[in-house]
Amino acid sequence: MMTEKYLSDLNKGDVAQILGFAAERCQNADFARDLEERLLEIGFEEGLDVKILHEGPVSRDPIAIRIGQMTVALRRREAAAVRIGPAKPHDGKV
Amino acid sequence: MSSQPHDIKVALVGSPNCGKSSLFNSLTGSRQKVANYPGVTVERRSGKYTTAAGQTITLIDLPGIYSLKDRTLDERVSRQVITGTHQSESQPDLLLCVADSTNLRVHLRLVLELKHLGLPIILALNMHDMAQRDDIEIDLDILSRELGIPVVTTIAVRQGSLDNLKRQLSDRVTHLPPKQKREQAPTTRELQILARNIVQKALLSEGTHHKITRQLDKILLHPLLGLIIFFITLFGMFQLVYFWSEAPMTLIEDGFAVLQRGLATILPDNWFRSLINDGIIAGVGSVLVFLPQIIILFTFILILEATGYMARAAFIMDRLMAMVGLNGRAFIPLMSSFACAIPGIMATRTIEHHRDRLTTIMIAPLMTCSARIPVYALLIGAVVPNHPIIYGLFGLQGMVLFGLYLVGILSALIVALVLRMTLTRGTAQPFLMELPKYQLPVLRHILINLWERVRAFLRRAGTIILYSAIALWALAQYPKKPIGGLEPDIFYSYAGIMGRALHHIFAPLGFNWEMSIALIPGMAAREVAIGALGTVYALQGSEGHVEQSLRAVIQSSWPLPTALAFLAWYIFAPQCLATLATVRRETNSWAWTAFMTGYLFALAYLAALAVNWTAIALLG
Repeated sequence: MMTEKYLSDLNKGDVAQILGFAAERCQNADFARDLEERLLEIGFEEGLDVKILHEGPVSRDPIAIRIGQMTVALRRREAAAVRIGPAKPHDGKV
Repeated sequence: MSSQPHDIKVALVGSPNCGKSSLFNSLTGSRQKVANYPGVTVERRSGKYTTAAGQTITLIDLPGIYSLKDRTLDERVSRQVITGTHQSESQPDLLLCVADSTNLRVHLRLVLELKHLGLPIILALNMHDMAQRDDIEIDLDILSRELGIPVVTTIAVRQGSLDNLKRQLSDRVTHLPPKQKREQAPTTRELQILARNIVQKALLSEGTHHKITRQLDKILLHPLLGLIIFFITLFGMFQLVYFWSEAPMTLIEDGFAVLQRGLATILPDNWFRSLINDGIIAGVGSVLVFLPQIIILFTFILILEATGYMARAAFIMDRLMAMVGLNGRAFIPLMSSFACAIPGIMATRTIEHHRDRLTTIMIAPLMTCSARIPVYALLIGAVVPNHPIIYGLFGLQGMVLFGLYLVGILSALIVALVLRMTLTRGTAQPFLMELPKYQLPVLRHILINLWERVRAFLRRAGTIILYSAIALWALAQYPKKPIGGLEPDIFYSYAGIMGRALHHIFAPLGFNWEMSIALIPGMAAREVAIGALGTVYALQGSEGHVEQSLRAVIQSSWPLPTALAFLAWYIFAPQCLATLATVRRETNSWAWTAFMTGYLFALAYLAALAVNWTAIALLG
């Protein structure tokens, strides 16, 4: 089995597809409990493509990503809870 | 509750960044009121709107929500109001759900969740112009049929685009459908799938990612360029805050002086004239003089918000702020506090999470505000020689001033860190934020919001300033000097008695009784202490003359450690009742206000003590 990849591993310009969530990877349990819900609510969804648009000036954190028609900013800590895989071969937005 | 036709209540509901408040402003215009929900710091924005049929309805603009879960205080209030469980706000009769046309997939999920409440809903697809520009095509009929609710498109900033919405509102309000039974809403995931299915049917063309936003972000979020632009923006903002406020501030000062002179000629020289001139006008004037700075600062902050740049600023500063447990949104309020803590504290409203906001408010007064500058300038000018240092590149006076700013900033960071580990401890909040599309600000909306902020400052802080100015005046005037008394009048007054009593506490700091007395009227605003010192030392003449004489007095009668300790005191001491009043209003808590006052005085005392002792030890 291939090793899992997460949104937090990506660099600027990378494109990937959201496969699922793994909030349990966060060290803090309270923090993790709600994280998946929040990610869903702001617009993360399995099957969507994401692209890393920008990285913060210090430690390349936080990151700004494109999902569908919007830009979302999040820290790499939160991005670590998003499981990703290779993007769909053709241009498949939404 | 009776629901007569004239008190129909419509709530605007939607996710953050859907342009809800803009739509609210366009519908209600200046017929709106901003207050706080009782017991919390959440703003209640309500306004009147008259439908085409002549019915007046109450519109309330609820805080933005992503779902009906309570994560922040804002979300809790929205959820309580919408579900009819709020203690003071009755359930609305109709929901005007606002969604971003360019982001239907996400926003429809909330609409679907709200539908389960059983309230009649109108859906406004806002920012329709942007959707068209990005080639997004939505079939309104299909959408309306699938959702089972009326759907209209709107462009919040264009009155002409609101006709359909107004017609729907008028229609719905006159024939208000009965409220249905509330049903259990499916899970977020189920709602998401439902929303996606509807979007697939109704979305004829998906369009592209907003082009201007994409291109602007390439520059403004560039790791180096973006940082440079950010600091230039800040720098420019502060330059203008000082530059543009200079003339109006002089005007206000001169205006009050003219008023005082005028009153002096028509009123007999008695206690009443003194109350008006030396108490109310002098006291209120010393705070009102900062109004131009506050207005200019707010204007900038509102423009940064309205254009969408504020979210970028938070993005850029987030990593640095995270080091002390705050998030990027705390940066602008803290920067604003360098001009004046009041707009800074009021600007913390953009920080969603309560604990983060509280922490930011608690440290805002540590940023060196402009009222400290006159005090610093007087003391540094009096006791610090202007030796050139570092090969003549800098003057020692400038370095001391810089050091005072730096100590303030470092203390703020340390206090924030300590607070986050103790009083405001809690689970770290995820930094998860949509970066809204860039938009041109609408002047009218900026002005409406600006007026609201200024009015809040004048009303809430203003009344406290007025009362305290009168109280401080009375303390400094009575009782009168006994016949044959040798000291200046204030020595014998209550302020003098209190100051002399306080002197026992302040003596270890090296403060003399004159300084202790001056600190009492100095509670009105920091720079008032200078005038008060002038009074205590019975110096006469114009303001400039008093300052000069004061400098001479300080040089001749204050030991150096005393003057340095006084400087240290002013880094921390919360000598500004208007700020304390603002903290009380914004936190809605006497306990937090008392805590802030207490910890700042404690720090001021310890710092002054440490400086005094160290200086004595070093200088012998």
